[in-house]
Amino acid sequence: MNLPLNPRAVATNAAEAVPALAINHVSKTFQVAGKAVNALRDVSFSVSAGEFVAIVGASGCGKSTLLRLILGLDTDYEGEIRLDGARVRAPGLDRGIVFQEHRLLPWLTAEGNVAAALRRSGLPSAERQRLVAEHLALVGLSSFARAWPAQLSGGMSQRVAIARALVNRPRFLLLDEPLGALDALTRLRLQEELARIVRTESSTALLVTHDVDEAVFLADRIIVLQPNPGRIARILDIDLGPHRDRSAPAFLKLRDEVLASLGVFHSS
Amino acid sequence: MSEATIAGSAVQGRAHVFPRAPLNRFLLGLVVPGLLLCLWQIACWARLAPDYILPSPLSVAERFRTELHGGTFAEAVGASLSRVLEGFLSGSSAGLAFGLLLGLSRTAENLFGPLFLAYRQIALFAWVPLLSMWFGGGEAGKIAFVSLSCFAPTAVNTWRAIKAIPAKLRELAAVLTFGPLDYVTLIALPGALAGIITGLRASLIYAWIATVGAELFLDIAPGLGGLLNEGRDKFEIDLMLVALAVLSVLGFICARSAAFVEKRLLLRWRLG
Repeated sequence: MNLPLNPRAVATNAAEAVPALAINHVSKTFQVAGKAVNALRDVSFSVSAGEFVAIVGASGCGKSTLLRLILGLDTDYEGEIRLDGARVRAPGLDRGIVFQEHRLLPWLTAEGNVAAALRRSGLPSAERQRLVAEHLALVGLSSFARAWPAQLSGGMSQRVAIARALVNRPRFLLLDEPLGALDALTRLRLQEELARIVRTESSTALLVTHDVDEAVFLADRIIVLQPNPGRIARILDIDLGPHRDRSAPAFLKLRDEVLASLGVFHSS
Repeated sequence: MSEATIAGSAVQGRAHVFPRAPLNRFLLGLVVPGLLLCLWQIACWARLAPDYILPSPLSVAERFRTELHGGTFAEAVGASLSRVLEGFLSGSSAGLAFGLLLGLSRTAENLFGPLFLAYRQIALFAWVPLLSMWFGGGEAGKIAFVSLSCFAPTAVNTWRAIKAIPAKLRELAAVLTFGPLDYVTLIALPGALAGIITGLRASLIYAWIATVGAELFLDIAPGLGGLLNEGRDKFEIDLMLVALAVLSVLGFICARSAAFVEKRLLLRWRLG
């Protein structure tokens, strides 16, 4: 038997019947100073189990709004969002999120912050300790378990936040511009880390970003959103395999395609 | 006393601008009081005022020594301290509970918030006549007054501190599906700790103000306020000056201990 080139692609086909995440005709309107602002209009797409989907778009295209809806923080919208076939009604531990700022609790140590996510897991404490240690090791911070957030660099804090998002072994990893606040070098390093982590955890991930390189580097599929109102402009499959070379011609070609659909410049 | 505390912490905040060894700074702080004492002593030697109006520092020190050895001095200090403590503990724990309630529950805030703000407009000493009718001018009335004085500062600071917790942390609590108890223990209490401590420190200052006030205006009983009354009645200004000096030192020690506790509780995670 031939080994599949991309194991996640196989998982995609197998799970086609009920998508892990289904966004059906979602529209969201905000009232801003008495005027209705259309943040999302008729957005539909689905994500299969094990797939890594990136959503790119300029600021104000409703990327983060969409994540809030998937998280269940806001249930006031048209259309429907389904996780494994069930409507999203409230936040749940089946979805882990990494925010743009690490949002660690400054009064808890690194391990305390990761353990906080297990507060409602119902697991026995020995199991929690094991999971916390395991996930701090996954992000390479075992020796900083007892450090306070104030003692950690931006990149390290964001790694703790990633461990916190993953420690419940969520069905979905939601990433809201998680590397956007980091310096360029740290961002590149953490992109590699994220690729590795998502591979080891075989999570289903949804990344919101405005960094097109990041999207092409990490995603199996890219959804390009257009602003005013936020709607899908284009969906691109990224068939670059698990180990990607940022300077390979195929990589650059896809990047230019995404940029072109964002209207940044036209590739010939 | 409160102005002194605030000014003191402002100076600490700028300590890096004028780096000095702690001992050096401590000695520097003694220069002005030392000079004033010298001037005062010289004024007495020069007979600028009669001795019964302005006793010299040396005679005040002598009075302090005799009060310490004979007399009811230790009893007075103990009585005042215990009133401060009892009133502070009961009043500020009630204030803490009330502030938490107002900060955590929108309904409680809407129901009790306006009434509480109106109550705060009443000057503290305006309660003395009413409390003395209800609780009597004895120990119960005094403690009730001290307790009342500690309630509002802790309550209002706790309330504000809980309300000031960033929406982003409330969102995090929602995402982690925290229940109310998880929110209070992991986010609200530690997040509001700095504000709560500010309230407790203010309450401690009020506890001293109210204790001396109660001792001056309610029934005569052992205490530093009682010593002041006694000094006035007997026209012994040196005794009054001893009582004032002791109040200053005790207040200073209280404020310093509170600052020390605050540092131990907060600095652990603030600066690592």
